[in-house]
Amino acid sequence: MTTTYTAKDLVTDQDVRWCPGCGDYSILKQVQTVIPELGIEKEKLVFISGIGCSSRFPYYMDTFGMHSIHGRATAIASGLKATRPDLSVWIVTGDGDSMSIGGNHLIHLLRRNFDVNILLFNNEIYGLTKGQYSPTSERGKITKSTPMGSVDHPFNPLALCLGADSTFIARTMDRDPVHLRTTLKRAHQHKGTSLLEIYQNCNVFNDGAFELFTEKSSKPEEALFLEHGQPLVFGINKNKGIKLDGFKPVVVELEGNSLNDLWIHDESDRMKASLLTRFFGEMGAENHLPRPFGVFYQENRYTYEDAMLEQLEEATSKGIGNLDAMIQGKNTWVVE
Amino acid sequence: MNKTTEIKKDVTILFAGDSGDGIQLTGTQFTNTNALFGNDLSTFPNFPAEIRAPQGTLAGVSGFQLHFGSEQIYTPGDECDVLVVMNAAALKANLKNLKAGGSIIANTDGFDPKNLKLAKYPDGVQPLEDHSLDKFKLYTIDVTKMTKTALADSGLGTKEIDRTKNMFVLGFICWMYNRSLETSVNYVKEQFRKKPEIVEANTKVLKAGYHFGETSETFTTRYQVEKAAMPPGVYRNIMGNQATALGLLAASKLSGLEMFFGTYPITPASDILHELSKYKNFGVKTFQAEDEIAAITSAIGASFGGALGVTSSSGPGIALKGEAIGLALMLELPLLIVNVQRGGPSTGLPTKTEQADLMQAIYGRNGESPVPVIAAYSPSNCFDTVIEAARLAVEFMTPVFFLSDGYIANGAEPWRFPKEADLPKITPVFATINSKTEDGKFLPYKRNEKLSREWAIPGTKGLEHRIGGLEKEHETGNISYDPANHEFMVKMRQAKVDKIADYIPLQKLESGPEKGKLLIVGWGSTYGSITAAAKQAVAEGIEVSHVHLRYLNPLPKNLGEILSNFERIIVPEMNNGQLVRILRDKYLVPAEGFNKIKGEPFSTKEILGKIREAVLVS
Repeated sequence: MTTTYTAKDLVTDQDVRWCPGCGDYSILKQVQTVIPELGIEKEKLVFISGIGCSSRFPYYMDTFGMHSIHGRATAIASGLKATRPDLSVWIVTGDGDSMSIGGNHLIHLLRRNFDVNILLFNNEIYGLTKGQYSPTSERGKITKSTPMGSVDHPFNPLALCLGADSTFIARTMDRDPVHLRTTLKRAHQHKGTSLLEIYQNCNVFNDGAFELFTEKSSKPEEALFLEHGQPLVFGINKNKGIKLDGFKPVVVELEGNSLNDLWIHDESDRMKASLLTRFFGEMGAENHLPRPFGVFYQENRYTYEDAMLEQLEEATSKGIGNLDAMIQGKNTWVVE
Repeated sequence: MNKTTEIKKDVTILFAGDSGDGIQLTGTQFTNTNALFGNDLSTFPNFPAEIRAPQGTLAGVSGFQLHFGSEQIYTPGDECDVLVVMNAAALKANLKNLKAGGSIIANTDGFDPKNLKLAKYPDGVQPLEDHSLDKFKLYTIDVTKMTKTALADSGLGTKEIDRTKNMFVLGFICWMYNRSLETSVNYVKEQFRKKPEIVEANTKVLKAGYHFGETSETFTTRYQVEKAAMPPGVYRNIMGNQATALGLLAASKLSGLEMFFGTYPITPASDILHELSKYKNFGVKTFQAEDEIAAITSAIGASFGGALGVTSSSGPGIALKGEAIGLALMLELPLLIVNVQRGGPSTGLPTKTEQADLMQAIYGRNGESPVPVIAAYSPSNCFDTVIEAARLAVEFMTPVFFLSDGYIANGAEPWRFPKEADLPKITPVFATINSKTEDGKFLPYKRNEKLSREWAIPGTKGLEHRIGGLEKEHETGNISYDPANHEFMVKMRQAKVDKIADYIPLQKLESGPEKGKLLIVGWGSTYGSITAAAKQAVAEGIEVSHVHLRYLNPLPKNLGEILSNFERIIVPEMNNGQLVRILRDKYLVPAEGFNKIKGEPFSTKEILGKIREAVLVS
């Protein structure tokens, strides 16, 4: 079906209050651009967020929306989708909101596989509370709450989500609008919970956290763009590839290697997706690998709301309940 | 042999044994038998928190008290006439509750040296033989042996045979009280319909127990408790949690709203989930969430989408839901919060009853966050009260607390149930495209005469809007940090809850004159004991009035006037004094607390004692 609204119709009358230069602006713009192309009736769109900078998002989308409480957007969306499968439900969350205070709801949403989309803005910092380290900040991170460096080992969000049996995991970045739009569409197309991690620059408290992947000078060498059915190739001249040596991914020069020997990306291969999530090393680490972007993994699994509905249909197919009979119960007696 | 029959007006029996002995089942079946016969009754199951506490120990004793009679019954009985004990620990734990001259029916097999030791009787002490029980009528039966004999040819193993012991006791008690085995036999047939050999074994043992009564020379007297004179109508037996579940189901039907029940298992509230999950043929959606917070927030999500969002828990779980309750009241979405109270604080006494979450319900959130609170006063009253809670939630677009407690949740009573056609309708007001202002704007927080807003659900064309937990501007709902607006909105949310007082009935007196020396003010499950005590006091010539509150926030408009008409106000509560503080705060009256914090309900005697004392002093 075609929709009659445009990106402009999704803009609200509220002033956008993110810091100038924040990566959130780009994400907002791309979401507003992509949504009218998806064929969803405007009134069926719902954006639900928790607390944090990213969670202001619903106020800027002229759709139904709820800015809720810290970490709970995933659980609120679950209840909404359970009762309203007709709606297109989008969860906007951050690394603190979804991986720290809301970690429990996130993993349970993923295993239940409600058909909703999660946009996880990962900036590896707490922005709204003014600059404490987050569960995705690297070890040793110096912040207001960690003057000597954080001693926390960070989460690897996509590995965590795949571990929770997510049916769709993907990564993109605020500074690559084309890739962001493409991946957003893929997330929408997936039936089931789509987990899209978006690297988002916090230019005030964690500027440049992802510049290796976003800056022209380093992006070709450090970012690996995944395409289903295509070999893993990267490098400034597309001159490098990834090959599997047993279970160990290794970087090889294309010269002298056939493309057919390279790792061919298969979105339905869970084991390989698991390896891809582990392309997560620091610069300079042994066997340093580029960071993958795109759809890591996608599988079709029943959604919770469908399974719930099936049970109700099965139960009602044997006859819709009669309230009076229920209240009466099986054993009664009469007092004259 | 000649057996005589003695007529009794009422009888209290306490069945006690190991938590694995099937005591609750025996009690429930005998309850149903008496209910169907036509007695009025009240029950009080009392079990340990551990599912299978160490066998034979005092900690593992499970009890089920039943008070049934041919007259009106208000409580499960203070002391029992008959104590049925399956082992030594059960006797030791419950002897204090037996009336002088009462009967003990003891399973001798449970009094072997091992059981006596587990029950911590000193070495060499055998209570069944040392005359320590001489002031009672002691009857001993080797239930284990009799059961084994009855099932000698059944081919069942020792374990399975052992499990039918409770049926022997049930059969015997049915004989003793002149009741047919029909209800119990039907139950066994239904319960084990896929295992005919188990049905046969249980039926056989039930009959063996019954025939034992008939043939044994020890028992020469049977008792007869005639039907109770109750208002005419059709009755069933009902437990509080069952009534709550049915009430929720009815509320969903009466409002035309799909019900979403988000919850997390917790004692003593889980049975509501168990019941509701059976109602899938009514379209009820139950959701066992990952935790208490997801339980309530998923319900908020469902309410946002236009469903009747309900969550249930007990004290500790309610504490976890606090922030989300604040969100629901800030969003102004309907939400029902069921709290089946138990002993606190913290994990407290999970299987014991208490009324100590009243302050938590009324005040337990950050910021100025008024929430309506209503409480059920008996097992069957849970039905009407939870419907009323749903009505307030939907018609006033607010979270509402429904308070029950472990006592009425697990207790049972006869219920003259209503027909759907006689139940009140619940009317949600949904926003439509016509809700827009003349200049085409939609104001999600525009209020009606109830100070309530319209329910604007996703999917309604043209009404796209955002709601959230941040302070919002009057009418537009936009984020606002304006100081005057915040104060205005805080007062508006309070005024909305206060406004409910215009839409609830005025407070009535349960009994006694409207003006006088002494008024007892109760709420919740203390209803039975206060009612029975007040009745007894009047019979003794004491003038006392009784008010029982169902609406706790807001309080009925005429309550202040009622209170002002009495010289002395006593507020019995199973807590350290909560309603009493609210009454003192709100009405500046010298109300006095009368508190019991033992994890068990007030006895009639305790309340009566307080009434007598108050009259003597004043």
